[in-house]
Amino acid sequence: MNNLDLFRWIANNPDSYARELKKKTGRKIVGYFCSYTPEEVIVAAGAVPFRIFGRGGIALADAHLQAYSCSLVRGALEDALSGGLDFLDGVVFPHTCDSIQRLSDIWRINASTGFHIDVVLPVKLDTRSSKEYMADVIKKFIRDIEKSLGVVITADDLKASADKYNQIRAYLKRIYEIRSENPAVIRSSDLHAIIKASMVMERDILLKELASFTEDLKKEAGKRMERGKRVVLAGGICNLPDIYSIIEDSGGAVVWDDFCTGSRYFQGGIDLNADIIQSIAGRYSERVVCPAKHSGLFPRGEHLVKIAKDNNAKGVIFLFLKFCDPHSFDYPYMKEMLDKEGIPSMLFEIEEQLPSEGQFKTRCGAFLEML
Amino acid sequence: MSLTKREKIMTTDGRTTDAEKEKRKIKSVKKMKEIMTNYYIEAKTAEQTGKKVAWITSGGPVEPLIVMDIIPVYPENHGAMIGASKMGVDLCEKSEQMGYSRDLCSYARADIACTPVNGGPIGGLPKPDMLVCCNNICGTVLKWYEIQARYYKVPLFILDTPFCHTEFSDEARKYVRKQVDEYILFLETVCGKKCDYDRMAEVGKLSVKGQRLWQEVLDTAAHKPAPMSAFDAFFHLALIVTLRGTRTVIDYYTGLLEEMKERINSGISAVPYEKYRLLWDNLPVWYKTKWLSEKFAAHDACLVADTYTSAWCGSLKYIDENDFLGTMAEGYSRIYLNIGVDEMAETVIGMVDKYDADGVVMHSNRSCKPYSLGQYDIQRIVQEKRKIPTLMIEADMVDERSFSESQIETRIDAFMEVLKAR
Repeated sequence: MNNLDLFRWIANNPDSYARELKKKTGRKIVGYFCSYTPEEVIVAAGAVPFRIFGRGGIALADAHLQAYSCSLVRGALEDALSGGLDFLDGVVFPHTCDSIQRLSDIWRINASTGFHIDVVLPVKLDTRSSKEYMADVIKKFIRDIEKSLGVVITADDLKASADKYNQIRAYLKRIYEIRSENPAVIRSSDLHAIIKASMVMERDILLKELASFTEDLKKEAGKRMERGKRVVLAGGICNLPDIYSIIEDSGGAVVWDDFCTGSRYFQGGIDLNADIIQSIAGRYSERVVCPAKHSGLFPRGEHLVKIAKDNNAKGVIFLFLKFCDPHSFDYPYMKEMLDKEGIPSMLFEIEEQLPSEGQFKTRCGAFLEML
Repeated sequence: MSLTKREKIMTTDGRTTDAEKEKRKIKSVKKMKEIMTNYYIEAKTAEQTGKKVAWITSGGPVEPLIVMDIIPVYPENHGAMIGASKMGVDLCEKSEQMGYSRDLCSYARADIACTPVNGGPIGGLPKPDMLVCCNNICGTVLKWYEIQARYYKVPLFILDTPFCHTEFSDEARKYVRKQVDEYILFLETVCGKKCDYDRMAEVGKLSVKGQRLWQEVLDTAAHKPAPMSAFDAFFHLALIVTLRGTRTVIDYYTGLLEEMKERINSGISAVPYEKYRLLWDNLPVWYKTKWLSEKFAAHDACLVADTYTSAWCGSLKYIDENDFLGTMAEGYSRIYLNIGVDEMAETVIGMVDKYDADGVVMHSNRSCKPYSLGQYDIQRIVQEKRKIPTLMIEADMVDERSFSESQIETRIDAFMEVLKAR
C-alpha cells in the first residue's frame, strides 16, 4: 500500500497539493462545499473540483459570522479571507443548510476566490416536480460553469466524467467493504485521508491511485486479524483524524459510516445508458439524504439501522459539528430507532480543534466498554 | 379604572403617568384580543365542529386553506406566545431532555416539548389533520414539521421555495408554480372535496388587500412622531400572519389604520417625547418586549419600524391580485428571509430612508440562523451607506437563558449616548 502516504499527504496539505497541481498543469481549480455539488459537471468542464474544509481559525471570520455558526462555516470563511484559497478559479455553493446558504452570501460579498456559482438544489427530493427541478438546476449549473470557465460541455464530456465518478465511487465503496470484512486492514484515520484526498485530487490520477490501492488492500485483507468492537459512525463531516484514533485506541473498530465525508459521498451510481443529465440528476435525488434534504420521514433512520445491521455493528457513535441544526433535529428519532433494534448509541458534539479530546476519550472508552 | 388610579391622576401635576398611559393605549387592542381568542377557540374546538386543522409555517401560503375551510394553526405563533408568557425556558429544557440540542431554534424546541404533554400557555395546539411546511423562512421548519409528522402521523406537504441569492430563476419559478398545483391537489385529497377556484380568486384579492392595509398601518410610523412603534406592530401582526385572505383582517386593519390616522391628527405618539427614531432587525425578544420598549422610551427613542413585521407585505410587488395563484409562487419565494444578504441590506437602507431612522438595533438571534448570519455585513453596509450608528444585541427570541439583561442594558445606554452626542 505504497500510495497511502500520498493520500495522507494530500489530506493534510490539500491547498499545497492544489497549488502545485495548478502550477504544473495549469488546470483550473474549482472550490465547492458539500457532497451535493454535482462534481461531474466540473470535471466535464476540464477543471478540478476542490472540496473546501477550511483550515480553521476565526480571526477574520469573526467579523462576519456569529459564534453560533459551525466550525466548518467559520473555518472555511477564515481560509477564504486570509488568502488560503487564492489558488481557486471559482467557488460553487450547493444549497444545503441555512448556515451554508448564508455563508454563500457572505462569501460572495467579501471573498476574492474567482467566480461564484449558487446551485440552488431542491430541498425536497421525493416528488416528480422536484426531480425535474433537479435536472433543470444541473442544466443551469452546466451553463453557469461553461460561462465561468469559457468552455463548452458536451453530452460525451458529461458521460466520460460520470463514468469516471462511477468508478471512483465504486472503488471507495469496495475499500469500505474490505474494511468492514476486516477492520484491522486499514486505520480509520487513513481511510478518512483517502476520502478527503479523493475530494481534492485530479480525478484521473485519483482513479489510478485508487485502483492500485484497492488491489493492494485486497491482498492485505486476509493477513491481519479483526480487532476491536465494531461501530458505525454517523453525522455530517468529521474532519478530525484524532477522533478515529481515539475510537480505535479505546478498543473500537469503525466498520462503516453515514458521513458526508464518507459513505454518502460514494453512495449511488449514474446510469450511463440513459440521458446523461437525467442520470446525474437521478443520482443526486436518490442517494441517501443529508438531513438538510427531505425524502420521506424515516429514510435516514432506516438507513442507519440497516448499515449498522449489515455491517454487524455493536453500536453507533453520532459525531455532530456543534451548531449543526439539521443533524441535531434528526438525532432523537434516529436514536429511538436504534434503541428499538437494541443498538446502543452515543452522541458527541465536535468542535474545530477538539478541545474536549479528553472528554471524548473518556466517554468513548465507557461506551465501548459497555458494548 | 380603579379608585386609586383616578386619585393618582387627580393628585399628580401636569402630565401624569396614568392619564398619559391611558391616552397612548391603542384602543384596537381589545378588538384584536377578541378576534384572536375566538380564533383559538374555533381552532381548539375543531374536532367538535368537524372542521379540519392544518399546521402551517408563518411564511406559508395560507390562502388555499381559507378557500378549503381549513383552520390554519401556526406553531411559530405558538412559539411567540410561549416566549411572551415566559414559559420558554421550562419548555426548552424539556425538549433538551427529549434529546434536542440547546443550540436549536427555541420556537421549534418549545413547540416540540408542548406536543406530548399539551403544555404551554393554551394547553397545546389543536391536533393537526395535515401539516403544510414552506421553507421560504428557514430549513428549520422542514425538520420541525418532519418531527411533528412522525408524531401525529398526518400527511405533510412541503412547499419548496428555492433560495434567491441573486435571482429567482426561471427554473425555480416553474418548480414552485407546479408545487402550487400540487398543494391544492394535496388539500383536495385530504379534505375529500374540490377546490373552488372562484373563491380562490376572491381570497387571493382579500389577501393582497389585507397585505396592503397592513403596509399602510406600518407606514403611519413614518410620521413624526410615530403613532405606533415596532412593539405595537409585533402585537398587531398576528392577524396578517394567521388570517390572511379573510374579511376579518381587512375590517380590523381598516379600523386600526383609522385609529393611527386619528392619533396622528391628535398628536398622540407611541413614545411620549420622541426624539430618536430607530429601526429594529430580526424577531422580537418575546419575553422582554415590555422591558425593551420602556428602556428605549426612557431614552426618548421609538423603534418606528422593523424588518420582521414588514416581511408579511414585503413581496407584494411580485403578486398580481388578479392572478393570485399564478403569481404567488414568486411572491412567496422572494420574501425577506429567502433573499441574499446584500438585497436584505438594501431593504434595510430603504426602511432607514422611508422612516427617517437615526439608528438601527439588530437582534442577533441564536435561534434564527437565516435571519442572523449575515447581520454583521448588513450592519457594515448600512453604516457605510447611511453613516448612522447601529447596535447589535445578542439574545434569543424565546429562550431567556440567552438574555443577559445587565449587559444589554449597558449596551443600549452606550448606544443611546452615541446617538445623543451626534
